[in-house]
Amino acid sequence: MKSKKLSQWLQQLFFVGPATLFFFLIMIIPFGMGMYYSFTDWNGVSGVVTWVGLGNFSKIFTNDLDFWNSFWFTVRFTLLGVVLTNVVGFFLAYFLTKPLKTRNALRTIFFMPNVIGGLLLGFIWQFIFIKGFATLGDITGWSFFNLPWLGDATTGFWAIVLVFIWQSSGYLMVIYIASLSNVSKEVLEAAEIDGASRWQVLKGIIVPLIMPAITVCLFLAISWSFKMFDLNLSLTKGGPFKSTESVALNIYAEAFQNNRYGLGTAKALLFFVIVAIITLIQVKMTKSKEVEA
Amino acid sequence: METIKNKKSNLITEIVMIVLGLIFLAPFYFLAVNSVKSFGEILSDAASWPEKFMWSNFSRTWELARFSEAFVNSLIITISSVLLIALFSAMAAYRMVRSDTRFNRWLFLAFVAAMVVPFQTIMIPVLRVVNTLGVNNSMVGLLMANLGLSLPMAIFLFHGFIKSVPLEIEEAATVDGCNPFSVFFKIVLPLLKPMLMTIIVLNALGIWNDYLLPSLILQKPELRTIPLATFSFFGQYTKQWDLALPALVFGIAPIIVFYLLMQRYIVEGIAAGSVKG
Repeated sequence: MKSKKLSQWLQQLFFVGPATLFFFLIMIIPFGMGMYYSFTDWNGVSGVVTWVGLGNFSKIFTNDLDFWNSFWFTVRFTLLGVVLTNVVGFFLAYFLTKPLKTRNALRTIFFMPNVIGGLLLGFIWQFIFIKGFATLGDITGWSFFNLPWLGDATTGFWAIVLVFIWQSSGYLMVIYIASLSNVSKEVLEAAEIDGASRWQVLKGIIVPLIMPAITVCLFLAISWSFKMFDLNLSLTKGGPFKSTESVALNIYAEAFQNNRYGLGTAKALLFFVIVAIITLIQVKMTKSKEVEA
Repeated sequence: METIKNKKSNLITEIVMIVLGLIFLAPFYFLAVNSVKSFGEILSDAASWPEKFMWSNFSRTWELARFSEAFVNSLIITISSVLLIALFSAMAAYRMVRSDTRFNRWLFLAFVAAMVVPFQTIMIPVLRVVNTLGVNNSMVGLLMANLGLSLPMAIFLFHGFIKSVPLEIEEAATVDGCNPFSVFFKIVLPLLKPMLMTIIVLNALGIWNDYLLPSLILQKPELRTIPLATFSFFGQYTKQWDLALPALVFGIAPIIVFYLLMQRYIVEGIAAGSVKG
């Protein structure tokens, strides 16, 4: 009996040990340390770490306009980004599940931007906004292309939204395609014979049946856009004058440019709480709308 | 009549989608044609086909940005990370499914909960841990951080997958005299191949493209990965498009090739992963 218990211990250690070790070192311990640092004034360099109680949090709530501006920017970006990428992703999927000759090639194309990292994507678009749009403006004469893209708060915001849609709608398209091809053909044909219009079929049959995919896609899009960092860094660096700075970028700047690690971790903790609450609410809300086919 | 109408509407859909596809590809066109133009030609017309192909842009950039070094670094960190992530997560998920103890249930819950934590929340203390362990500024440090950050998601995916693997095969192997370790490596691991591919391919994309974490851990220029080398090069030669654009081509070419080769696994992986989630 004793050797059996020993063997169980050995197996537990062997199979679960490595994953648990790295998980503790890189996630659990830093999470705990983060909670501690958020109540201190640690600057990241000196060994002196002074306990300041709720000082960092009261500073964030009463005296940190930049943080709340970045928060408001992130909220606006998330709302628009989530809706638009999902709409684009869904309609790409909707049309690419029809019997088109080029649909496989088109699926490949629409997904392609997604495999390139946000940083390189942002740089490519930086060139397009600066040089490409200027040339297109000369050719077409449309003032749309001659706007100061990336140059002011409004156009900078829309530029990031545009690139975000270009980057992420292909990923959501893949999920929607998987879900749409499970919708039974008979149900759709029956509805058509009964004289339902395309819009009625879409709204009354397809959308309710693919609700699980919508839950997943909303979850992913919220998580990407709320945590957006790479695109922001490479497109605008938060400028001009921090007007396009996301929360993720604000936390990064607080820690690594202002060297206020204590304040940075306090913001990071707050960020986690907000992300957790939003995700929970969203999953609860869309899960309740799911139906059985 | 109905089918003719359908055919016609499909043709219109097809044309609209092709136009949309071309718009999606336009950024790649701009990147490609301008990367082989002279600086003057980029400034005068960024949309036209190059008058003269300046292939020297590429060789100059390759030398200046030390891309061969960055390419090797990216390969080393990506391959070592994804192999260990796949192995460790499969092992842990297997044990947690097959040995349903209270400890393992709590541990699994911790892994799942960790998936919600944004990287920014823990990034500052992670650096502290890496420094304390003395693995800052090294590939080992980055590898460890990659493991810790990517394992929860991989374990979650494997956990769902292993539940559907029938227990009878393992029981038969045990009766035949296999010990628990060879049951896993000889019987179970080969059965996990579809999910292994998914996890390897998706993590490979994420780690190859990652900028923030490597930028925090690797400061030495000779350790730079491709995103880091591109970022520093782009900062140095801002607006010098005849050098910056070839750098971007070097940066995205490997990942595009990887995507076209592995497309099936990537797409299947995303679809499978999202249904499980």
